[in-house]
Amino acid sequence: MAHAHYDTIEGRSPGFYAVLGFLGLLILIGLVSALYMEINGHWVTGMTNQIVWGTPHVFAVFLIVAASGALNVASIASVFGRQLYKPLSRLSGLLAITLLVGGLIVLVLDLGRPDRLTVAMTYYNFKSIFAWNIFLYIGFMLVVAVYLWMMMERRMNDYTKPAGLFAFIWRLTLTTGTGSIFGFLVARDAYDTAIMAPMFIIMSFSYGLAIFMLVLMAAMRGSGREFGDVVFGRLRNLLGVFVAAVLYFVAVYHLTNLYITQRHGIEGFILLHGGQFTKMFWFGQIILGSVVPLVILFSRLGKSRAMVALAAILVVLGGVAQMYVTIIGGEAYPMPLFPGKEIVSSGFFDGVVASYTPSLPEIALGIGGIALALGMAAFAMKVLPFLPTSLADADADPHYKAETAKQEAAAA
Amino acid sequence: MSLSRRQFMGAGVAAAAAVALTPGLRLIELARARSPEEAASSLQRWGLLVDISKCHDCDACVTACKTENGWYGHDRPETDPEWIRKVTLRDKQTGYVETLPVMCQHCEEPPCVDVCPTGASFKRADGIVLVDKHICIGCRYCMMACPYKARSFVHEDTTHQKSYAPRGKGTVESCTLCVHRVDAGRIPACVEACAQDGGKAMVFGDLKDPNSEINKHLAAGPSTTLRPDLNLNTGVRYRGV
Repeated sequence: MAHAHYDTIEGRSPGFYAVLGFLGLLILIGLVSALYMEINGHWVTGMTNQIVWGTPHVFAVFLIVAASGALNVASIASVFGRQLYKPLSRLSGLLAITLLVGGLIVLVLDLGRPDRLTVAMTYYNFKSIFAWNIFLYIGFMLVVAVYLWMMMERRMNDYTKPAGLFAFIWRLTLTTGTGSIFGFLVARDAYDTAIMAPMFIIMSFSYGLAIFMLVLMAAMRGSGREFGDVVFGRLRNLLGVFVAAVLYFVAVYHLTNLYITQRHGIEGFILLHGGQFTKMFWFGQIILGSVVPLVILFSRLGKSRAMVALAAILVVLGGVAQMYVTIIGGEAYPMPLFPGKEIVSSGFFDGVVASYTPSLPEIALGIGGIALALGMAAFAMKVLPFLPTSLADADADPHYKAETAKQEAAAA
Repeated sequence: MSLSRRQFMGAGVAAAAAVALTPGLRLIELARARSPEEAASSLQRWGLLVDISKCHDCDACVTACKTENGWYGHDRPETDPEWIRKVTLRDKQTGYVETLPVMCQHCEEPPCVDVCPTGASFKRADGIVLVDKHICIGCRYCMMACPYKARSFVHEDTTHQKSYAPRGKGTVESCTLCVHRVDAGRIPACVEACAQDGGKAMVFGDLKDPNSEINKHLAAGPSTTLRPDLNLNTGVRYRGV
């Protein structure tokens, strides 16, 4: 393509202010919720000494995973040289930063002592994956900020590729770190497996792209810019491939556990008789979050923008469901403290499935994090030129011919 | 009764000697204990042996720990702290029932220490695993990592705190092996209570001292750790599980 052009969004319409106002309200509710939990202590939440990571972690880990995935579109352009994606790179980098900030804020506000953030920044145990992640997360924001600068400052454009490559490697490392939070836990049957790291990476591709597409569609439509079928079709197909890849990893994870007799307990729990977790797995993660989007994206339904948007929304909801099953389901299943024994009684809920009901403040805090990520992105688009002026087919692809597009559309 | 001068003098000297010697004996006891300034030494490793055949359906150890360390709850079992609990097991094949106390196992390779981002979870040189309440940020990763479910998160305001067992809302806590007593040359409260009111099932001592009572017991019969497959070499050992 010739040269991508970018411009700020005008951001003066009542609609834009309504969106910012709504997001601001959600952020405020989230903050009040965090304050409420902080003042009273965590007993007012659904969390217990059995379920120590609850709904805020579901949202926080989802956002952190999605953040690294949102950078993919930029990586495809800078690292793999696909020019078609270049006009999308700035928004990709922007969302990567704001989603991460949203996730981290939720994580920090759910700490028992959020006021000790400075302690977390000054005392390190370098054997802890959490400690690595503090560096990986902060580093990611800096690396992507520099990458964005290379992209947006004409004099620095030559350095876009090395900066993009570095950011790409960094994001793979970061998601490896996030997945390993669970992968390295020996105590619980649901975790303790190396597949967590690559599975989280492929999950990030899927969640990140789904959010990216939704934001892109909304921003282009809201600012009255053209968004042609060529770019749209590529993104749609890419999302389909990522959703299928996540399903593949989920299948391998469960098949491995099903083969290992020791792990039949946790598999039976998640797949068959785990109550809310079984429902969340089959209906939330698999059917609504994976199968329905795949059908939409790879069938005639995918021609409709509204249906593709629905598919992307379902991928996001399915992702939250997957996090819920992974994090809370994995904790709810009792730890194998006494293999071969049945626990008759215990003063501390040994051997029984832990109950958990998300409380309103936890959900509000999580949603506040999403609102913060989106609000920051919307505001940034108003201040700096992140959004391409056009994604019309003729602008996106210089070799674009109406017939080829028709053929492609027919094939899809 | 009348005392001769000689008898009176003798009794006086004896009394004076007793008065002079008692603090001396007390000093010997104190000298054996570690002074607060002296660092814990890796020459020792504190451990516990629980003989389950002697452990009955009582909770003297739990009550003593709660009283000693002041971890009173708010009648909300799911969020209340639990430093030590009784667990009753039935063998799935044979139906044999047994009961035992479970607390922090004071691992040689503690997973909670591995995962703690700030180093608040730490192991002393003498093997006691503790939480530094000043730098715990309440992330609860240690609770995710502990295979023994030994830790509690303080979900609400604390009451009846003991100066030697500080607690704090929003931080994580667990059995300290009564470190304040051990440092003063005493045994943990649970062990003391088990000896007085329970089945005398617990023995405390230095696993590195070949002549310690615990090592004599360990050498005399079989014992095991919980989840031996994890290879954590816990300081708490069980006989009869």
